[in-house]
Amino acid sequence: MAENRRACDAVASVHRDVTRQRIKLVPNSWWREVITIVDYGLGNIDAFLNVYKRLNIPARRATSAAELRDAARIILPGVGHFDRAMKPLNDSGMRPVLDELVRQRRVPVLGVCVGMQMLAQGSDEGTELGLGWIDGRVRAFASWEPARHLPSPHMGWNDVRPTHGNRLFRHIEQDMRFYFLHSYYFECTHAEDVLAVAEYGAEFGCAVQHENVYGVQFHPEKSHRFGTQLLRNFAEA
Amino acid sequence: MLRPRIIPCLLLHQGGLVKTDRFGNPKYVGDPVNAVRIFNEKEADEVIVVDIDATVEGREPNFPLIVQLARECRMPLCYGGGIRTVEQAKRIVGSGVEKVSISSAFVERPALVSEIAKEVGNQSVVVTLDVRKPRWGGDYEVCTHNGRRGTGRSLLEFAAEAEAAGAGELLINAIDRDGLMAGYDLELARAARAATHIPLTFLGGAGSLADIEQLIATCGVVGAAAGSLFVFKGAYRAVLITYPGVQQKEALLRDALGAAVPPALTPAAV
Repeated sequence: MAENRRACDAVASVHRDVTRQRIKLVPNSWWREVITIVDYGLGNIDAFLNVYKRLNIPARRATSAAELRDAARIILPGVGHFDRAMKPLNDSGMRPVLDELVRQRRVPVLGVCVGMQMLAQGSDEGTELGLGWIDGRVRAFASWEPARHLPSPHMGWNDVRPTHGNRLFRHIEQDMRFYFLHSYYFECTHAEDVLAVAEYGAEFGCAVQHENVYGVQFHPEKSHRFGTQLLRNFAEA
Repeated sequence: MLRPRIIPCLLLHQGGLVKTDRFGNPKYVGDPVNAVRIFNEKEADEVIVVDIDATVEGREPNFPLIVQLARECRMPLCYGGGIRTVEQAKRIVGSGVEKVSISSAFVERPALVSEIAKEVGNQSVVVTLDVRKPRWGGDYEVCTHNGRRGTGRSLLEFAAEAEAAGAGELLINAIDRDGLMAGYDLELARAARAATHIPLTFLGGAGSLADIEQLIATCGVVGAAAGSLFVFKGAYRAVLITYPGVQQKEALLRDALGAAVPPALTPAAV
């Protein structure tokens, strides 16, 4: 028992040292800022929390407006059907605070998978309005000529090519690949909002950015070291 | 380039992880959460976990275990076994599992797949078909309840039905190859690929990486799932969890796709 205790204390002290070193290395005091993951009942919140826990970066979930209010960085996950993601978000009571944080206070936000599609004005998959933070519309692969003959959904590990330099892809630009699982893709109104492309029949935008709003179609929380690094980059950007 | 997926398939039986032989004779191979941790380290493309007791015993999926697996898994996870209602599927996807696999419930009532797809999206619904070639020849027959009940209907019939119902993936499991490690049923793979427009994954028979290479060369971009290959080592089937390294996997995929002449797909109906 006592031995076990000593071992635990030793681990804890190493842990403290590592934390201290990191604080020294990164002067921007990002470590005090907490990553807040919007939990409106959809998406793998735990997977994100787990990645950040391993990275030693503080992260937490927000299920109410009060918990969201002081967020310094926001992750908006989402899976499944567009309408079935928009509705619970609108009903969660977090929508006004989320809009204020992103639009007025310019807090960085990262939409993931359907969370990215929600950044658009709307989707061919449903009738609900999107958040409208990035100009564009979500379209079906099945009605897009280059991908019509390919199996849908687009599923599996695919190469991702950044179209211009961005901190989001720092340290992973080489041979970057991520896990995709989707039947709809984000069609940006402005080409300069496309951050990276992947190929499925032809190239489509798989990462978008406009000012403080980021979105990725793939699943960084399920993409091993590439995804871990991307989530780290978002925390440090 | 979209890559074929190499997928370990883990079977749950009485709380532990087992490997079967032609759907019988389960052998204990370890703890599921621990196995998932090892596949995390090895950067597996995806993991499939199937509870082989749930349907047979007529009980619900093991939700606490699913939550634990989803939390640990740093790669996409597909869960199957005992899912019979939309509510169960929603709960599983909501707890962070990318895909749910429906098997016997689909065979009994195909409309269930459409109902689930409406709630969680097509991309998250996998239909698993356990198939067996009848001894007297003829088309592959779909079976349920761990291969014990025949349906009397063919694979291609069910595959078309699954696609029409809105399934996002078909997982085809060759019962008579399970655990034998003698290679995939390529005839089955060819027939299924030519007949479907949704992503396909084959399970049953992989005994070496060469078998996986052969499957990819036959079908192009597919999922190649395997049980024994990733949990047993050597002629005495000692339990050891393995998975090809990144370089090895890349080389395998390159060679296999270089040789691949996948059957042409006709444009999907819009």
